[in-house]
Amino acid sequence: MSEHTEHGAQHGAGHVEHEHHVTPPIVYIVIFVTLLILTGVTVGASYVEMHVFNPIVALLIGVVKATLVILFFMGVKYSTRLTKLTVGAGLFTFLVLIGMTLSDYISRAWGRW
Amino acid sequence: MSDSTAIAPGAPEAAHHEHPPYQRHHFESVEQQADATNFAMWLFLLTEIMFFGGLFTAYLIYRNWYYPAFVAASHQLNIFWGTANTAVLISSSFTMAMGVWCSETRRKSGLVLCLVLTFILGIVFLGIKTIEYKEKIEKHHVPGLHYSLNSFLNPDSDEAAKAAGDKPLPLDMARHTELYFFLYFAMTGMHALHMIIGIAILGFMIFKARAGAYTAGHVTFVENFGLYWHFVDIVWIFLFPLLYLISRHAN
Repeated sequence: MSEHTEHGAQHGAGHVEHEHHVTPPIVYIVIFVTLLILTGVTVGASYVEMHVFNPIVALLIGVVKATLVILFFMGVKYSTRLTKLTVGAGLFTFLVLIGMTLSDYISRAWGRW
Repeated sequence: MSDSTAIAPGAPEAAHHEHPPYQRHHFESVEQQADATNFAMWLFLLTEIMFFGGLFTAYLIYRNWYYPAFVAASHQLNIFWGTANTAVLISSSFTMAMGVWCSETRRKSGLVLCLVLTFILGIVFLGIKTIEYKEKIEKHHVPGLHYSLNSFLNPDSDEAAKAAGDKPLPLDMARHTELYFFLYFAMTGMHALHMIIGIAILGFMIFKARAGAYTAGHVTFVENFGLYWHFVDIVWIFLFPLLYLISRHAN
């Protein structure tokens, strides 16, 4: 009997956890236009001489664009906490892997190739 | 483990529970099924991020090692086609997102239209990529036995190199341009392969959508395919500046 109650409670909690979110088209349209503008900006920026900042600016704009796609097109902003945690943990692991690989190259053989 | 034993007593009851045809028996509810599938899709995408991440890291390290070669080689890429392809891919992501909305709000013809547009834009992307690859093949910029260093040893003989104001590279540095093109073909090739797989799945989905499969409450498949398609878009969002743009001004 107690199992049944517990079961029912879990079932109910599941409903509260995930209310399927429908993103309205206007959000997609705004993000779409923003992405196109940012594409123009990144191409324009590549024609401006900024020395070491050229790649940095290009990557920053890329990160902003990717974030917009992940949050809105992929709907992570409106998704469950499990999905948010998964995406966050994945990106964190990814940065650790890249960061450690690069730090190894920088500290070990930089300038000696 | 403890979860499965805890749920077991309720299982026979769940088997009698009414549920829509697209819900598998082993899921408690449609919501649970959607959450589990979404979670799995993200795990798959994370493996994809690690995979492409390795290629990006290799590119980053080699670009720093053989900087002049990578700068000269990247001047061979056509910014117009690269920008056009970026716009095409972002548009296809938009039509895909609208497809998910149509599926959620049960608009069958709207969904079919969105999927067809995404399909067409995917083909256009590959078409433009073909134009670019063709040029590389003609100029012998494909790594291998027929690779030619001419554009980098005699930049004045090459239109693109001349326009960028390239100076002749010493032979040992010029040879490393082959590494740039190896990474270029590896990265854009893997990206294109993902596009081809995506387009094939889109073709399948268009048939199913016409039969009304995704506009009767079952959104998960369209939604998760959307995640895949947007992921491929994100890869290109980073490929485009790194391969085409960041070396424009480095001489």
